[in-house]
Order: sequence, then C-alpha cells, then structure tokens
Amino acid sequence: MELANLIVIFLFGGLLAWLAEMMMENSARWVSLLTIALCSAYLWRLVGHIPAELFHINPVANQAGTWLMHHQMNWIPRFGVSFELAMDGLSLLLIVLTLFLGVVAVVSSWAEVDHHRGFFQANLLWTLAGVIGVFLALDLFLFFLFWEVMLVPMYLLIAIWGHEGKAHAAMKFFIFTQVSGLLMLLAIIVLVVLSAETLGRYSFSYFDLLQNDLSGGVATMVMLGFFVAFTVKLPGVPFHTWLPDAHTQAPTAGSVLLAGILLKTGAYGLLRFTVPLFPEAALQFAPIAMGLGAAGVVYGAVLAFGQSDFKRLVAYSSVSHMGFVLLGIFAWNHLAIQGAVMQMVAHGLSTAALFMIAGALQQRLHTRDLGAMGGLWHNMPRMGALALFFIVASLGLPGMGNFVAEFLILVGLFQSMPWMAVVAALGLITGAIYSLRLMQEAFQGKPDAHRTLPDFGPLEMTVMIAMVIGLLWLGLYPQPVLDLAQPVINSLTAEVQL
Amino acid sequence: MMTPTELYALAPFIWLSVGVIVLMLQIAFSRSLNGACWVTNLTLLVALYSMVGHDPAGIQVTPLMRIDALGLMFCAVIICGSVVTSLLARDYLKQRPAENEEFFLLLLLATLGACVLVCATHVASLLLGLELLGVALYGLIAYPEKGERSLEAAIKYLVLSGAASATLLFGFALLYAATGTMDFAILADKLDTIQVNSNPIIVLTAAAFILSGLAFKLSVAPFHMWTPDVYEGAPAPITGFLATVSKGAVFVVLLRWFIDGQLYEFRGIILGLSAVAIASMLVGNLLALRQDNIKRILAYSSIAQFGYLLVVLIACGTLTESIPLAREAASYYLLAYIITTLGATGLLTLLSSESARERDHIGDIVGLFWRRPLLSLGFTVAMLSLAGIPLTAGFIGKFYIFKIGADAELWALMSAVIVGSGLGIFYYLRLVFNMTKNPRQVHALPQQTSLEGRSVLLLLTLLILALGVYPQPLMDYLSAIL
Repeated sequence: MELANLIVIFLFGGLLAWLAEMMMENSARWVSLLTIALCSAYLWRLVGHIPAELFHINPVANQAGTWLMHHQMNWIPRFGVSFELAMDGLSLLLIVLTLFLGVVAVVSSWAEVDHHRGFFQANLLWTLAGVIGVFLALDLFLFFLFWEVMLVPMYLLIAIWGHEGKAHAAMKFFIFTQVSGLLMLLAIIVLVVLSAETLGRYSFSYFDLLQNDLSGGVATMVMLGFFVAFTVKLPGVPFHTWLPDAHTQAPTAGSVLLAGILLKTGAYGLLRFTVPLFPEAALQFAPIAMGLGAAGVVYGAVLAFGQSDFKRLVAYSSVSHMGFVLLGIFAWNHLAIQGAVMQMVAHGLSTAALFMIAGALQQRLHTRDLGAMGGLWHNMPRMGALALFFIVASLGLPGMGNFVAEFLILVGLFQSMPWMAVVAALGLITGAIYSLRLMQEAFQGKPDAHRTLPDFGPLEMTVMIAMVIGLLWLGLYPQPVLDLAQPVINSLTAEVQL
Repeated sequence: MMTPTELYALAPFIWLSVGVIVLMLQIAFSRSLNGACWVTNLTLLVALYSMVGHDPAGIQVTPLMRIDALGLMFCAVIICGSVVTSLLARDYLKQRPAENEEFFLLLLLATLGACVLVCATHVASLLLGLELLGVALYGLIAYPEKGERSLEAAIKYLVLSGAASATLLFGFALLYAATGTMDFAILADKLDTIQVNSNPIIVLTAAAFILSGLAFKLSVAPFHMWTPDVYEGAPAPITGFLATVSKGAVFVVLLRWFIDGQLYEFRGIILGLSAVAIASMLVGNLLALRQDNIKRILAYSSIAQFGYLLVVLIACGTLTESIPLAREAASYYLLAYIITTLGATGLLTLLSSESARERDHIGDIVGLFWRRPLLSLGFTVAMLSLAGIPLTAGFIGKFYIFKIGADAELWALMSAVIVGSGLGIFYYLRLVFNMTKNPRQVHALPQQTSLEGRSVLLLLTLLILALGVYPQPLMDYLSAIL
C-alpha cells in the first residue's frame, strides 16, 4: 500500500491547499510545498527500506520480487482489473524528477498566479498525483485511468490561469490526448480479449500480458493504438501541433509541468509498454518510428528558429529534443535507451528552467515577443546568466546532461541505423542556431535605458541554482543515474531484441 | 385467475395507482404544493419499498408483464428518478405560482407508465405503458411555463410522438400478421420458423416500422429532430425526466423485445441499426458543437449517448455469446447515463428555481464555479461522466461499450465511438470552461435553494463517482441477476 500513499498524499494535499486558501490568504502555496516535501520524505523512507542489492538485480517482468517495490490488490475482478503498482529504477528516477519539478512549478507560480490561488495549487498537486500514478501503474486499466485523469487538472490549469488564447489551447490539448487515449483504450481491450484466449481469464496486468506475444496484422494494429497515444503526448511529428499552443498559453507552472514531466509520460509509455508488449510489431515499425523521430528533430528545430514568441520557441525546441527520445527508444540498444532516459531527465530540467525564465519575463514585460526584448542582461544580470546556462545546456554543450543524453542516443543509433544518426546529428547544429538566436534577441543587444526590471529573487534563485547543479551533475557524473536505470534497460533489452 | 403471489408481484404498480387516486382526491379537497409533493414522494417510497423481497428469478404475471430482476431494477431506478424530479420540481414550481398541484399527478402517471414499460413482455403492455408515459408527458412539457416555447415543444412532441406510435402500431400489426403472436418470447420461435421457411421480407418491414417508432422515442438519428426543441421548451425538471426516465424505460423494453424475440438473428436489422448508431453518434455530437443553450447541448448529447448504447444491441447480432454481457452492459450504461443526466439537468433546475426565467443559456453559468463551487463541481463531474473520463460512472459505461465492441469485432462502430467521443469533449468541456470563466460583472448572490434540492444533487454526484471508482459491486449484482 506504500506506493499508493505517494498518490494519496498529493490528492489530500490538493484538497487541503484549496481549503487552506479559503481560510487564510496565500497559504495554499505553502501547503503545496509541504505536500511535496512530505511526499519526498516518504519516498526517501521507502527507498531506504529497499535492500541495496535489489538496485542491481534486473527486474524480471513476471517476478514481482525482483522489482524495487510491488503491490497488487483486487479492484474489478469481473474484468481482471487489479490495483497494481510497481516501482523499478526507471519509475523511481522519473518520480524523483516529478517531485523536483513539482517544487519548481510551485515556486514559478508564487508571484504569477493572482486569483483563485487555492484551486490553482490543488490542480497542480492533482496533476502531480496523476503523473506519479502513470509512472507506477502496471495494470493497463489503472494506467489508462491515471493517463486520462491527469488531463483534467492540467486542462483546468491552462483554461483558468492561461494567457490570451487559453480556451483554444486547453481544448486542443485535451482533445488530442483524449482521442488518442481512446485509441489506446480500445487497443488495451483488444489486447486483453486476445490474451484471454491463451490465458483463460481476463487480465489487465502488465506481467500477464507480457507473456502473450501477439503477432501478425492484429499486433501491428494494437501496437499502433499504443504508439499513437504515446507519440501524441511525446510529442512526435505529426501529432505535435497541440504542444506549441498548450505550452505557450499555459501559466508558467503549467508549462513547467507539461514540458518537464507530462511529455515524459509519453516516452515512458513507449519504453514500458509499446515495445515490450509488441516486440515483433515494434521491430517492423521501428524504421518508421525512427523516421518520425528524425523528422521531429529537424522539423522542430526549423520551426523553433522561425518563432518570435519566447515560449513558442522553447516549445518547438521540445519537439526537436523529444524526437531524440523517440529515436533512442526505437534504436533499442543499451546505449540508445540509456541516452533516451538521460534525455528525459535532462530535458525536463533544462526546459522547465527555460519556461520559468519565460514566465518571469512575461510577468515583468507583459509580453513574450522576442522583438520587444533585447539587452535584458543589462537589466537583470542574474537572469541573463542563468538563461545563458540553460540555453547552452539545451543546445547540448558538453559538461551538461543534455550533451550526455544526445551523445549516447547518437552513438547507439549509429550502431543500428547510421543514416538516421546522420540526420539526427543535424539537430545538434540547428539546435545551436535557434538557441543562440533566443539568447541574442532576448538578453543581448542594446538595452532599453528606461527599463528597470526586478531581477530573480532569492526563492527563484534557489530553485534555479538547484537545476543548474542538477544539469551539471548529470553532465559531469551521470553514472548514478545510468546505474539506476541500467538493470531496467538490461531486462528490457534481454526480453525484447529488435 | 390471479394468484396471491402474482398480485404481490404487482404491488408497486398497485401502490402507484393508489397514490394517483389519493393525490387526485387531495387536490380536489385542498390545493397545496407541499402537500402534493409529499403525497407523491410518499407514494413513490411505498412503491419502492413494496419491491423489496421479490423473487429475482422473475414471475410472469398474466401474459402481459414479467416482474423479473431487470424490470424491478429499472422500476426502482425510475422511481428514484421521479423522487429526484419531484423534489427539484417543488422549488422550481414555487417560483412559478399557478395551479401546480396537477404537475405531480402527471408525474406519478408518467412514472407508472414507465414502470409498466420496463416490465412489458407483450405488445399490448408495451403500448399501454408507452402511451401512459407519453400522454402524461405532453401535459408535463407544457405545464408550468405558459410561454410559446413550451407550447410549441408540447405540440411538437404530441404530433410527432403520435405519428411514431402509429408507426409502431402498424409495425406490430405486420409482425402479428406474419407470426400470429404478440408475446415477445413466443415471437422468437415463430421467427425462427419463418427465417427457415420463407422470405422474411414482411418481418423486416415490420421490424423497420417498430424500430423507427422506438427510435423516435429514444431520439436517435434520423428520428432526432424533435429532441432539442422539446428539451429546450420543457421546464427544466421535465427535461431531466424526459431524458432519463422516459428514454431509459423505452430502451429497456427495446432490449427485451430485441433479445427475447431474437430479432438479432436478422442481418438486415443489424445493418440498419449499425447505420442508425453511427449516424446518431456523428449527428448528435456534430450538432451539439455550436449550441449555446445548455438544454439543447444535453439534447444533442443524449442523441449521441444512445448511439453508443445501440452498439450493445448490434453486438448481439454478430456474437450470440455476448448476449448476457450485452444486458449487463446496457444496464450499467443506462444507469450511469440516468444518474449523470439527472445530475446535469438537476443543476439547471436549481438555477431556474432561483428566478422566474429558465436559466439554461451558456451565459447563465459563467463564473458559477467561483460562486457555487460545490454545485459546479457536481456539474463538472456530470460533464466528465458524459464525456467518459475515468473515475466517473460514464467511463465504466464506455468501457463496457468498448469491451463488447472488441468482443464482437465491430471496428467501424468503434471508430465512430472514438470520433464521436472526441467531438463530445469539445462541448462538454466548453460548459466546464464557461463555469470557470471570471464573470464580467458580479451578479448579486442569488437566493439559496432548498436543502433537499442541493443534497439530492450532491448525492447524485457522489453516486457518479462511486460507480466510477468502485464498480465491482454493481457489476457483480448485474451479472448475477441478468
């Protein structure tokens, strides 16, 4: 039941934050921070109780004991649905990222959100609850439930506290994910019905479904149902069009959550479900998937270069960076998957930081237009320096996590598909072009002498420095992260050989 | 000769009829809105209580009715729906002073008709129930509002419903001519021999007439034209009653006739139903997109919802083994739909109870979220349930549809369900979005409505969530009795 508590803490925390704000002005954000702190402490305790050797054992799919934690209880036995949560190194890593970015999101909403603060923090915490559920659920019904439920608070975050085009952006976000989600639901049900023939009973459990290798045309169709749902969320070309709107219109905290962790649920789904459940179909489909990934890398970069809106530019850069993840996953070898996992974490940090800077700028300048900026370094040197750091991190300068990630993906990819690697490597060059343009237009150039702007305060500096340290750590000493994910990747690649 | 057991089985119907007479006498002696409301609720509760302890295996009372678990369950649901309607209607009628007591009389009669309908196993009882329900509804639709809209709605419903009943009657006459029986169960045997021996063209024609008549009552495309106008014109509590009790009862009797009579054996009927289902999902959802009246949105949404539900009947045709699951799926889906729609229209009733005007325009709910958080949260839950988002009853209903569709391999219908649901998200969320908008000018806080109305809505919201979070008990119950 311990794992479920991680989710329950957030559900109650959200409710508490809402109520607290009604009682006392400005108390909700403290409740949020406390909730995240409580959840982190709880996770720390849980992880502390796990025997150390489990971190080196490859988790075998149908042996619950080899996972870090596993918990199962009956929920809807009528259809073989159980409340099954499990944690391995990959989910642990992503949950830690989620908790960290949760703090970043709360801090970035600190001064920005000026109405209905309690309900805002409640939605923020409920989104986190949904995301943690997605990373833990191993029953496909339960997974789908979290997958859909996390949309609702996210929708409200965009629709209520978003910017000028919020109604349109929030709706687009919801419809894209919901329709692709229904495709996945149908795919899940077909998968369960088909495996019931060999299994003799209905089961939505990941472990049971793994044993049943589908093949042929049905497998491809069912695999596509999963693939589309996850690629929409990732987002991969051509399903990416919701992303620039949603990211641009969301409040800063919403953008941080979207870019930092919600996109990662798509990558996680591909890695955890799509390939392992349908190895054969995924093998046949891999060239197309990688093609979409490479197209995303280049297309995202080209579009990013053409943007004049700070947030839109960062949003398109996400399309480009997540293209690498798609490439890494479908190259399906140790190095490439390591790179993909690394990219998930590093991109989460660097993009969250960039969105936070974008939000801070919008709050001070009331615009996101790059044309109206320029010379901001002069006005706000601390923010300028940090922006430079995160921009070079995101373009993949050695020494930061993003470089390690993209390098690993390219090396892994080169082993399986050299030409794809060549195309994807273009993304590094174009990445440098649009990133540096962002830096130049916003922070360099002639400063406006009449402008006095407040620089980052202590609270914002604290989280920013924490993200700087995180990225440097990932870049200079990535081994602990790689070690944490290694057993999972070992067992994934051992089970499935593409 | 009727045995005491059979008489006892009819107790709910008898109590309802007794209640009608008592209420009529009470109104004749002294008019009182509260009095009429309490007599109605007492009658309904007594009728509900009289259902306890019946044999779930079912008992055939005269050739006309079968009091079995399916019928009893839906009788209970219908009665509960009427309790909700009458409680909400009391506040609503208080704002519209007139001679309102007969409203409850009509409500009881309609309830009786709906209860007869869900237990009908014979053409005669089907028509009796349908007409009792329909005639009471004509009155109810035009009742409290003296406006043009409600008169138009009532006349529209009267004329079209009359035409539909005539079609239905003609269909049954043809079927009787072909088979010589009006009993659903015997119909199955007769149809079997017809299918083997001769050309089933007359049966297909009859089925087409009957299904058109019932499709009109269920308002599935292309027989849906009346729905938005009638929903809009009817007083808010009756909109809810029409959408839930009336349509639910008609679907249950359709389910009985279709499955007991084994009409799914006919390929032509299945094809026709598939076309109707796909058309409903698309038409309902597409036309709802540009509406600004919440009742009209709910009307189009119900067209689409019944399109989804028809999948259950179609699946019986392709996969005969799925019939028990089909009954279970239809029951769960209907229950979820009834609870959700009662919740959604309940909010409109509450809002309209605070003014003499129907408050059903999308502008009437702008900013409601910040003025009435709890009520709005209930409405949001209802919208999410209609949209089929997990943790709500509507999702489990949709899950059943997908499950049965996947079993029977109805890929075209499943794609239509997905497209329809995607379209549906737009208008359900649009309502939620409007509630969360900051209103331009802050209205004076409206007066509070009665405690009963608000607690009924809260209860419905909790039920939606309970059926979505922990559906196992109801699933067990349904699969055990059906």
